[in-house]
Amino acid sequence: MSHTGLILAAGKGYNTPGPLEFFLPDFTGKQWNEKGYDVLLTKASVLLVVGAIVAFAFLRVTARRGQVVPSKGQYLGEQAYSFVRNGIAQDIIGAKYRRYVPLLLSLFFFVLFNNLFGIVPFFTFAPFSRVSFAYGLAALVWVIYIAVGVMDKGAFGFLKHTLVPQGVPGWILPLLVPLEFLSNIIVRPITLSLRLFANMFAGHLLLVLFSTGGAWLLFDATGSIVLKPAGVLAYLIGIAIGFLEVIVATLQAYVFTLLTATYIGGSLAADH
Amino acid sequence: MTPLLLAADDEPSPLGFNLAEFVLVLIVFGLLLWLVSKYVVPQFEKSFELRRDAIEGGIARAEEAQAEAARLLEQYNAQLAEARTEAAQIRENARAEAQRIVEDLRGQAQEESARIVARGEEQLASQRSQVVRELRSEIGTLAVELSEKIVGQTLRDDAAVRSTVDAFLADIEREQSAAATGATTGSAEPSA
Repeated sequence: MSHTGLILAAGKGYNTPGPLEFFLPDFTGKQWNEKGYDVLLTKASVLLVVGAIVAFAFLRVTARRGQVVPSKGQYLGEQAYSFVRNGIAQDIIGAKYRRYVPLLLSLFFFVLFNNLFGIVPFFTFAPFSRVSFAYGLAALVWVIYIAVGVMDKGAFGFLKHTLVPQGVPGWILPLLVPLEFLSNIIVRPITLSLRLFANMFAGHLLLVLFSTGGAWLLFDATGSIVLKPAGVLAYLIGIAIGFLEVIVATLQAYVFTLLTATYIGGSLAADH
Repeated sequence: MTPLLLAADDEPSPLGFNLAEFVLVLIVFGLLLWLVSKYVVPQFEKSFELRRDAIEGGIARAEEAQAEAARLLEQYNAQLAEARTEAAQIRENARAEAQRIVEDLRGQAQEESARIVARGEEQLASQRSQVVRELRSEIGTLAVELSEKIVGQTLRDDAAVRSTVDAFLADIEREQSAAATGATTGSAEPSA
């Protein structure tokens, strides 16, 4: 933690937020230390569970009535369900999409609600800014799309389907196969997890920066006359970023689900 | 868990792997996935199915109703045409009937008038013959009385007188009947 005194300002120093913002203490007060970070009962973990509960509650409540003429709530749920079922699963996976609707639906709403927690008052933390949560989901998706491919084409068939592009001259294959292996087997889960993590991480860091920075400029910093208006500006930018975060949260949930569907669809696709 | 990567100033890397969190997210998401497959997706699919049935059933019912309506319309049109034909026929019949009745009545009236005329003629003829009969006897008596007055004597010999008168009258009648045909017969009575 660095106490960076600004040249313009005197008075109490500003504690610049950094990666340590994301190493939350657990509820017993245990913190990150030089030996590492092996706590579990943190706000992030609790929010992750709450996110799952909220996602299930939303889906369950809107699905339960099942009227032919839907109520408003049921309509909302059905729109959301149709969006994932038709807009993602059916469009991308194709004929055999039905089996994967529960997975994609759960993924979308699990990630969506967890991401939205980043701007919910008193929560203000998106669990997926803890990278290990993102690793976990991406690893699951990785296992699933490989398993789907292996079940569909057999182990060898799937490898051939994934690694050997068709219609390519044979002499170039020694170059292409390792590349395909890298991009389809190694890189996919990493990009999938890091994309989600980095968006949430950056968004949260921006929010922390503009809100604590704004507070410091308004209340603690003394010196130049421009500091207080700058603090107000920082708050305004922070609010704008809050709205931006809603978009980012939704978009990341969508992208994560969409890519999962794409990978599964790729495993199921006939040889091109 | 030790972070995989350490930043330069010994802060933990935000990319560090944390097994506890890794396992937690798998468990939590696994549970969510199980609950969603069991309690959410079948419900949505069921209500979609219900709705599709309702809509398709509605369309089928509407088509049925439309076909029924078209059938009824056709039936009504056919009935209407039939009724029109029937009405025309009835009108035609009525006209014919009226004409027939008029003809009948005219015939009857003509017959009746002819009958009345015939009876009148008959009556006239019988009255005439009666008048002739009465006149004959009266003329006889009057002629006798006149002759008595002229002659001044009593012509009491009735029988002789009457036969003379009769003969006279018979002469007249013979003359008349020679002139007019179809005159009354039996004018000459046998003498007493």
